Amino acid sequence: MNPLDILLWVAFPYAAAGVFIVGHLLRYRFDQFGWTSRSSQTYENKWLRWGSPMFHYGILMVFGGHIVGLFIPKPWLEFFGVTEHIYHLGATWLGSVAAVLTIAGLVILLVRRRLVARVKLVTTVMDKVMYLFLAGTIVFGTIATVLYQVLGAGYDYRGSISPWIRSLYGFQPDPALMSDVPFFFQLHVLSATSLFLLWPFTRLVHVFSAPLGYFVRPYIVYRSRDGHRGAGAVKARRGWEKSELPRDTRDKEGSRR
Amino acid sequence: MRVMAQMSMIMNLDKCIGCHTCSVTCKQVWTNRTGVEYVWFNNVETKPGVGYPRRYEDQEKWKGGWQRNKRGRLKLRSGGRIKRLATIFNNPDLPVIDDYYEPWTYDYDMLTKAPLSTESPVARPKSLLTGQNMDIKWSGNWDDDLGGSQETAADDPILATMSEHVKMEFENTFMFYLPRICEHCLNPACVAACPSGAMYKREEDGIVLVDEDGCRGWRMCVSACPYKKVYFNHKTGKAEKCTLCYPLIEQGKPTICSETCVGRLRYLGLMLYDADAVLAQASVENEHDLLDAQRACFLDPFDPEVIAAAKAEGMEDDWILAAQNSPIYKLISEYKVALPLHPEYRTMPMVWYIPPLSPVVDVISTTNNDGEDARTLFAAIDKLRIPVEYLAGLFSAGDVVPVEDSLRKLAAMRSYMRDINLGRDRDESIPAAVGMTGTEIEAMYRLLAIAKYEDRYVIPKAHVETARELEELACSLDTDGGPGMGGPTASTAAGPYGKTPGMPLNATVDNYNEMVGKGGERTKPTTPGRVNLLNWTGNGVPKGMFPPRTADGATGSPA
Repeated sequence: MNPLDILLWVAFPYAAAGVFIVGHLLRYRFDQFGWTSRSSQTYENKWLRWGSPMFHYGILMVFGGHIVGLFIPKPWLEFFGVTEHIYHLGATWLGSVAAVLTIAGLVILLVRRRLVARVKLVTTVMDKVMYLFLAGTIVFGTIATVLYQVLGAGYDYRGSISPWIRSLYGFQPDPALMSDVPFFFQLHVLSATSLFLLWPFTRLVHVFSAPLGYFVRPYIVYRSRDGHRGAGAVKARRGWEKSELPRDTRDKEGSRR
Repeated sequence: MRVMAQMSMIMNLDKCIGCHTCSVTCKQVWTNRTGVEYVWFNNVETKPGVGYPRRYEDQEKWKGGWQRNKRGRLKLRSGGRIKRLATIFNNPDLPVIDDYYEPWTYDYDMLTKAPLSTESPVARPKSLLTGQNMDIKWSGNWDDDLGGSQETAADDPILATMSEHVKMEFENTFMFYLPRICEHCLNPACVAACPSGAMYKREEDGIVLVDEDGCRGWRMCVSACPYKKVYFNHKTGKAEKCTLCYPLIEQGKPTICSETCVGRLRYLGLMLYDADAVLAQASVENEHDLLDAQRACFLDPFDPEVIAAAKAEGMEDDWILAAQNSPIYKLISEYKVALPLHPEYRTMPMVWYIPPLSPVVDVISTTNNDGEDARTLFAAIDKLRIPVEYLAGLFSAGDVVPVEDSLRKLAAMRSYMRDINLGRDRDESIPAAVGMTGTEIEAMYRLLAIAKYEDRYVIPKAHVETARELEELACSLDTDGGPGMGGPTASTAAGPYGKTPGMPLNATVDNYNEMVGKGGERTKPTTPGRVNLLNWTGNGVPKGMFPPRTADGATGSPA
């Protein structure tokens, strides 16, 4: 176990997780006004109408697949009768559909962002950095899957990567599990970890706003004048300014818009 | 019965001259910022015309408002909860910015900085979205005064429902202006469609607002509002809308659009309504019944039962009094001349309109008949189907009866008051013909024609005289050990930075009246011996502004 392993597979993931959690908490507390998907639909809708649902539904499927593959131990699935063969079939077929949707959607969105002048102009530096790591993660993941799972004999990441991730969650990190993982899987993991590190500072925070409460709340919302936030009814906290930044500052801090 | 108060507006369309002063002042106050360049919380449309955004009234396309389904229940036309969340990645009914118009500025620099040349320099229009040169093709009121209507008026969704000869003829027949703000509906579709629950109706006065901190920019409110009066700020990624100038309303002052209205056609006041009745009344089967259904939601502020119920809800006496004096109540429920805009959207809008009689009068005048004679006017209202049908398409879901009733009352007022002004005998048969008395007609005339400021705006102040107000009047530095002046609340429970966060700007706006208006003295020094110039209205010289005069007449220098 060399120091690089510890850095890449223990220190870096924990640092990213810390930034991810603390960053979200702080941003939620102090930048509610900047917390939005910052939609560009009013600028352009012909490309977005296809690209956005494709990407989003695709990435939701990808997310579900990763939950099953990484967080549910192999013996548990086998207990429910999901054998290696069934798992492989499901992962390959569903995964392929998800990958096609995600990648096609992302390509449409990126091309749109580059070619539609209105959209290009509102793209911030932080957006570009985020797109780089998002696209990188997806591309490396796809390359690894195609090389090893589709063309190759199949790589059993449920014997290395998955236990490694669970070892992180159990605070018993085992970096040795990752040292012999194929290169593209390693790249995929590192790129994803970087993305998590950046997450709270990008527009990706909108993921945590999935409005599930809409299913259960009454249609018409009433609030009392004194109950709503702002308008002097709020208690300000010591030492921190709330999200009501002056406009100019907000403009300069691209990622917070 | 759950009594709630609603701050409402009525616009008397006969008086609108289409000057757009309301739009401009509103824009200066509320949407003079990046991201909302294309947004007009208040806009004035020429009718017939396509409106702003273009064809917003075509709900087949935009899917705004509510719909009654087969089981008799109300559903958002754009779909229920599941469909909304399923389409959250791309709102299928959202207008793009070009449906409003692409905002632009001019290259003014060229006018002063162009090099010497034989041609005069021009300021070209530049898009505010891309900065590129652009051709201006549309704007918020491109068809103002029917300009270009030969091309565009056929797109008016209301004209489209009328017969072919109307389309050919309307241009020679009539035209009027329709100022529009948010309707602050009793059954707001935008609030119902907000996935984040960030839009709400205020319990105290019914104003519909967006919680900018809670908004996540899903844009469902924009498409669900059938009046298209919620807008997307494309820079902040949040929804914004008309606030009914709540900071002014809370101080008992009219909105900026009302205050600056040249024609003095806007009325502001409270309506009491039964919040429990709204849903059932909005669900009546026949669209033509919606007007009466909404009227049935309103409560009589003189009814002792209603007063008792209102007090039980915690409503203060001055608010009940304001509801009794409300011009809105008079025009909607007593005289019944005001009508809602597009009741068929089933949102129960609360900005109502008095339909314009002028198209009818104009026709009579051009035919050399007496435009102030009751019988001529009544006959014309019956005969002139085109304006009446068009107005019915706007104000009563196509039912001409309420529009005719309203116009007949206005016509009766016109001719009855002419007799009085000319010193003739009062013809009591005129008010009788429209089911009113001469006294009522005269009172309505006072309200509509004389339209005194205090009659038009009956706005009770918001009740902020609670502990909160006292806290905010204190200086933020008046804390234990703080460097403040030891103001009146220095010794109260509010700890350092506790409840009084540096006297936030909002709070002083909220409490402006309480700070400067109470008692005779307009500028109450917050610290003894000092004058807060921020609160000085400029009238008179408050005590302590200048040092006391010395015996020889000169002012002494401060110690």
